[in-house]
Amino acid sequence: MSADHSDHDHHHDHDHAHQHASGGKHPPHPIREDDDVELTPGEAKFLALKGLLIEKGLLTADEIRRRHEINDRGTPHQGARMVAKAWLDPAFKARMLHDGKAAARELGIEVTEADLMVIENTPQRHNLIVCTLCSCYPRSLLGEPPAWYVSKAYRSRAVREPRQVLREFGLAVPETVEVQVHDSNADLRYIVLPLRPAGTEGMSEEALAALVSRDCLVGAALPGKPASA
Amino acid sequence: MPPDANATFAPGDRVRIVDLGKPGHVRTPMYVRDKVGIIDRYCGRFENPEERAYGRIGRTRIPLYRVRLRQRDLWPDYAGAESDTLVLEIYDHWLRPA
Repeated sequence: MSADHSDHDHHHDHDHAHQHASGGKHPPHPIREDDDVELTPGEAKFLALKGLLIEKGLLTADEIRRRHEINDRGTPHQGARMVAKAWLDPAFKARMLHDGKAAARELGIEVTEADLMVIENTPQRHNLIVCTLCSCYPRSLLGEPPAWYVSKAYRSRAVREPRQVLREFGLAVPETVEVQVHDSNADLRYIVLPLRPAGTEGMSEEALAALVSRDCLVGAALPGKPASA
Repeated sequence: MPPDANATFAPGDRVRIVDLGKPGHVRTPMYVRDKVGIIDRYCGRFENPEERAYGRIGRTRIPLYRVRLRQRDLWPDYAGAESDTLVLEIYDHWLRPA
């Protein structure tokens, strides 16, 4: 099973009996900084599975650690670089909308998920990404998703009341603009290509990339204004 | 994505997302079952996650589509704009012509 598909399994709910950190022995492979609160059923199951995989010799602790290192190589700045280049280079933008992975490769960024789809914001449409079933996210490009992206509240509300969710992020989308929600529920992974902000004419690719935050790439925000504005 | 002679649906087709009632690792969320939408895009062929999740790797690849639905059709009391939509990925065997 690829690391990508294991995304699906980590965040599902399970109705197993609670295990208490204080009641049993210290877990052999801790995932948390401290061991002073009750484990959730999901955490307990995760720890038990991880411990078993190591004890049975199917994985080593070092392999797990290395996988975390690989996950940590992704960073929102890689997505921001793609956006800034697309703003400056219409031919690159066209290639990026056609094949996100190939466009990333042009910039030396290796996207390891099956497919990367770039969704373009337009004056008529604002796009928002969510994974309702778990927390699918283009990790190899952007790194680990923020906690709110993984939360049940975001995952359930983004499809049900996206405009209210966006308002809570500080983004009021006018009623004349369509909000299109993309549920990343299967094999594709998504980033949003935001509109280039006004007042950014003549800015360098690097300066433009600095305006594009992680939240912009999920559709929860719009690119910032230049520092001088 | 180039056309696929074996794909059942084409962009623009009206489809119903059915409820197969299948347990396990299915990727069709409950909130879209029995809803009608439009094929937005053909995504290519992928292994069926309903098999992969149980270690059955390398089996037949099946067509995957992005299906676009109107928010008003998903949620009768949807409070946003009439034009608001949602797009998600649905495998071929969960779709019927509508």
